Amino acid sequence: MATAVSILPAQQLATLEDAYRKSVARKRLKAALATAAFCAVLVIAAFGAEVNLRTLFTYFGNFVSYFDRILTLDSGARVWTDPAEWFWGWHKWLKMLGETILISYVGTLTGAVLAFALNFFAAQNTSPGPWVRFTIRRLLEFARTVPGIVFALIFVIAFGLGPMAGVLAIAIHTTGALGKLFAEIVENADMKPVEGIRSTGASWLSCMRFAVLPQVSAGYASYALLRFEINVREASVMGFVGAGGIGQELVVAIRKFYYSDVSAILITIIVTVFIIDISTGWLRGRLFGKETRR
Amino acid sequence: MSQMPRPDTTELRAKYPGVFERPASARLAMPAMIAAALAIFVFGLVDLDFSPSRLIAGLGQLGWITMLMLPPNPGSSFPLYMQALGETLSIAVLGTTLAAVLALPVSLLAARNIIPSNLIRFPVRRFLDSIRGVDTLIWALVWINVVGLGPFAGVLAIMVSDFGAFGKLFSEAIEAADRKQVEGIRASGGNALHEIRFGLLPQVLPVIAGQVLYFIESNTRSATIIGIVGAGGIGLQLAEQIRVLEWQKVSFLILMILIAVAAIDFISSKLRFAIIGQRAVV
Repeated sequence: MATAVSILPAQQLATLEDAYRKSVARKRLKAALATAAFCAVLVIAAFGAEVNLRTLFTYFGNFVSYFDRILTLDSGARVWTDPAEWFWGWHKWLKMLGETILISYVGTLTGAVLAFALNFFAAQNTSPGPWVRFTIRRLLEFARTVPGIVFALIFVIAFGLGPMAGVLAIAIHTTGALGKLFAEIVENADMKPVEGIRSTGASWLSCMRFAVLPQVSAGYASYALLRFEINVREASVMGFVGAGGIGQELVVAIRKFYYSDVSAILITIIVTVFIIDISTGWLRGRLFGKETRR
Repeated sequence: MSQMPRPDTTELRAKYPGVFERPASARLAMPAMIAAALAIFVFGLVDLDFSPSRLIAGLGQLGWITMLMLPPNPGSSFPLYMQALGETLSIAVLGTTLAAVLALPVSLLAARNIIPSNLIRFPVRRFLDSIRGVDTLIWALVWINVVGLGPFAGVLAIMVSDFGAFGKLFSEAIEAADRKQVEGIRASGGNALHEIRFGLLPQVLPVIAGQVLYFIESNTRSATIIGIVGAGGIGLQLAEQIRVLEWQKVSFLILMILIAVAAIDFISSKLRFAIIGQRAVV
């Protein structure tokens, strides 16, 4: 079936095309300017970071051969030919790994409880007063912005070497991160149940318990589990500054060039992170259905 | 005030037995889970050498340290710290950009709607996952072994660890793209490259740009810590001053980091809104 496509008269078409060309040209100019500005920033950054391409190209072979070296045993054989020799320290490493997971578990739980206690004060719709809200928000921001490992460095000096410093550092960082996310969930909650409960003469605490909490608890648990995953990764490096966990073993192995140990410890960490990712993902799916997964 | 008469629930009970009489297993599941969580928590506290006396002594120490931190004072090292801060920002910007550039082609390989075959997609995804499983600090240590101490190692560390994250995020953005525009391009006679360039990229690019900006933001934080293992930037200064117990300088450095992060947050949220309009970034 043939359809007639009406073509505009030349004069009208010319103005239209002109306008089109102009708008495209403006858009292109904007994009070109943005690209140029970005490139300038990159060049400045390259000087700032002392980027030296010669070093990179000279030593890039080292990067590749590093992986070659960490996959070779002291005897010269490939690591996978002799797993018993490769994972000679598995007993010790598994213990440290258990410690790492415990650090992140205790830290996450403490942080989540603190965040839970604080978030109703930080959320716009449930906060008892603007001053409380402002103070709590700034506190959470501080806890979130200072990296966990900086807290760990300071806590190692205050509380002594060991996993306790790591747990406290993770707990503080988790409080900051989860406090914000929890408050956002509360801000998205439906306020009608709160009105309903308040109209029966209930106190602020009862309003939170019976109107807000049932709406938000699934989101809380989901975020807390997600945070646990992140914290396992974080706890694996807490040992770098002496705050317990497997990081201690890893940093010693890297610094002292125990090559095959490095790969063995890395693999144990990666596998653990995988298992925890998968199991928390499964748990979240199980507990709250697919739609709350992020 | 008169009491309302209690409604007769027998009929309702008969109708909805599941609501009124939940099985014991369902009622006990929640308390049991809470008890188990608490048991592990207590075990953890014991196993990790928590003791009230240590906690109190440490808190006392912490109070002292906080007192010593006030007021923040850089001494004579202020120019040095500014330079270190510039280094940190450079590391974040450069590392993130390089990671995004490297991750874009790989993310195409990991996207279901571009590569339907599991044979390629699966190994690419696992590869990206294992890169992400290793923390930035560990990558920094590895790169220090390769290119030596200094900020360049930091750039490469951020590049590698973000490469894993970007590969995953980009491929998800590509998978979420609308199929119809690609089909439109094909219907008008475009080839596969045209489909990606005109059908896919205009949808995906704003999302990707938003993510890159967001990562520059969060990498400013990461870049402050990789200095702790010797990869340059303000973290190096911070770790040194903590180790020599110069608390006034420490608090000044922390303050500088907070201000820098807030500034970058502000700038990048403005830029993000300019690029993608007033909708939230996923």
